[in-house]
Amino acid sequence: MLYDFLLAPFADYGFMRRALVGALALAVSGSPLGVFLVLRRMSLAGDALSHAILPGAALGYLVAGLSLPAMTIGGLAAGLIVALASGAAARFSALREDASLAAFYLVSLALGVTLVSLKGSNVDLLHVLFGSALALDDAALYLLAGVASVTLAALAVFYRALVVDTLDPIFLRRSSRLGEFTPFLFLALVVLNLVAGFHALGTLMAVGLIMLPAAAARLWTRDLPATLALAASLGALSAYVGLLLSYHSGAPAGPAIVLSAGAAYFVSLSFGRTGGVLRGIGQGRGR
Amino acid sequence: MTLENLTLGYERRPVLRGLDGVVPAGELLALIGPNGGGKSTLLKALAGLLAPLTGRISRGGLKAGEIAHLPQAAEIDRSFPIRVEEFVALGALRRCGLFARFDASEEARVASALAAVGLTGSEARPLEALSGGQMQRALFARLVVEDRDVILLDEPFGAIDAATTRDLLALVARWHAEGRTVIAALHEFDIVRRAFPRALLLSGEAIFWGDSQTALSPQNLELARRRAEFAPEVRAHAL
Repeated sequence: MLYDFLLAPFADYGFMRRALVGALALAVSGSPLGVFLVLRRMSLAGDALSHAILPGAALGYLVAGLSLPAMTIGGLAAGLIVALASGAAARFSALREDASLAAFYLVSLALGVTLVSLKGSNVDLLHVLFGSALALDDAALYLLAGVASVTLAALAVFYRALVVDTLDPIFLRRSSRLGEFTPFLFLALVVLNLVAGFHALGTLMAVGLIMLPAAAARLWTRDLPATLALAASLGALSAYVGLLLSYHSGAPAGPAIVLSAGAAYFVSLSFGRTGGVLRGIGQGRGR
Repeated sequence: MTLENLTLGYERRPVLRGLDGVVPAGELLALIGPNGGGKSTLLKALAGLLAPLTGRISRGGLKAGEIAHLPQAAEIDRSFPIRVEEFVALGALRRCGLFARFDASEEARVASALAAVGLTGSEARPLEALSGGQMQRALFARLVVEDRDVILLDEPFGAIDAATTRDLLALVARWHAEGRTVIAALHEFDIVRRAFPRALLLSGEAIFWGDSQTALSPQNLELARRRAEFAPEVRAHAL
């Protein structure tokens, strides 16, 4: 009975196993990146970047149809361009960064939807926006696994640089020649994960699996390594629960995964040990 | 360090004009003057964080990165989850690089730096649990670990308690005795009189550069005040 509910969907169906592997890969590498996005106060920037890859992926789609390499390359290029451009716009224009991010992300979304609609059907549009976790082919799985491996390796190697750049960027620039490059390295990793993630969850949903577990983990501990591990675990758990939910209820897989992560976030927001609302009231300090 | 016809500012609008002078090695120099007069700007330029609009700085063979710089406390995100000990150990970054392990000698350095600022026992506390004064002590401990010949301090004693100010001033005196060059932007005239033999009075330009008693004379302060009033654009750019 319990086996039927919890394990049989994955034991019986190959597409469920593939979906699980893909979502787990994204959760394990994306959620730790999300922790750094939260710490850098760039939660909205992550969202904006996820929209930014849409027109690039759409261009790839216009050229080659639903082709993994074309859409990946297009998405990567667009994401990196927007990451650089919004950084530059914030530095050189009078608008604050959030305004320029919002502008980039609204325009990108509209442009992406327009481009896909020019050629494709609404089904294709839904695929690009919300992904197709239940139809991951070998190439998409290799991409997800490859990106996860590269991301985790890069996080391990550049951990100290990322920590210092988040905490005290001026100090890092003073102490190391790598300082100037660290923010770009970080954004490149985020774009890489978003692009890999959009095959599984779609451009709009992938960022949910990156940000929500990270935001939830921050509410439980003040220790950075513990936060990173917890975020990855919560992400993996959300992927599993979301797919189960989708299987049993017929809900689309991507949104079900993000909803599970959202549930984890709201539980943490209420009961979290370091910053949960009820804790704060209990200790007489409403934070 | 030599400054030649130095003009500094942001987005082409000068904050500080036409500064010439020499800071000899081992100097203990206070930068004083009204808000927006150019104290922080000059420190940033000396630390290599701000390129001069015109003129040049020669750092006597030092690279900009080899100069220690204590930013104003507000410039660091204290909600970051890191322990005091780890934060202070960042001072060793230039020696150890971003990838190598911190060895035992660095750990000893960190321990003695924490002792020097009176933070022994707080090693494992998270940074965000520190009071303003304790945070300033932690920043000074990081400077001790950095172990530089030239140290720049941007308003190190703003909004901290008397005991912390006393302890940190003792540390500054120790650096001076060790022959290091210390340049500090300060608001507290009594501290300048007591602890800083020389001062540079800035108000959009150098008003006076010499011994601190003369720099703080009523005539010079009046001159600085009037200069600031007649240059509203300088005030608008106060950071």
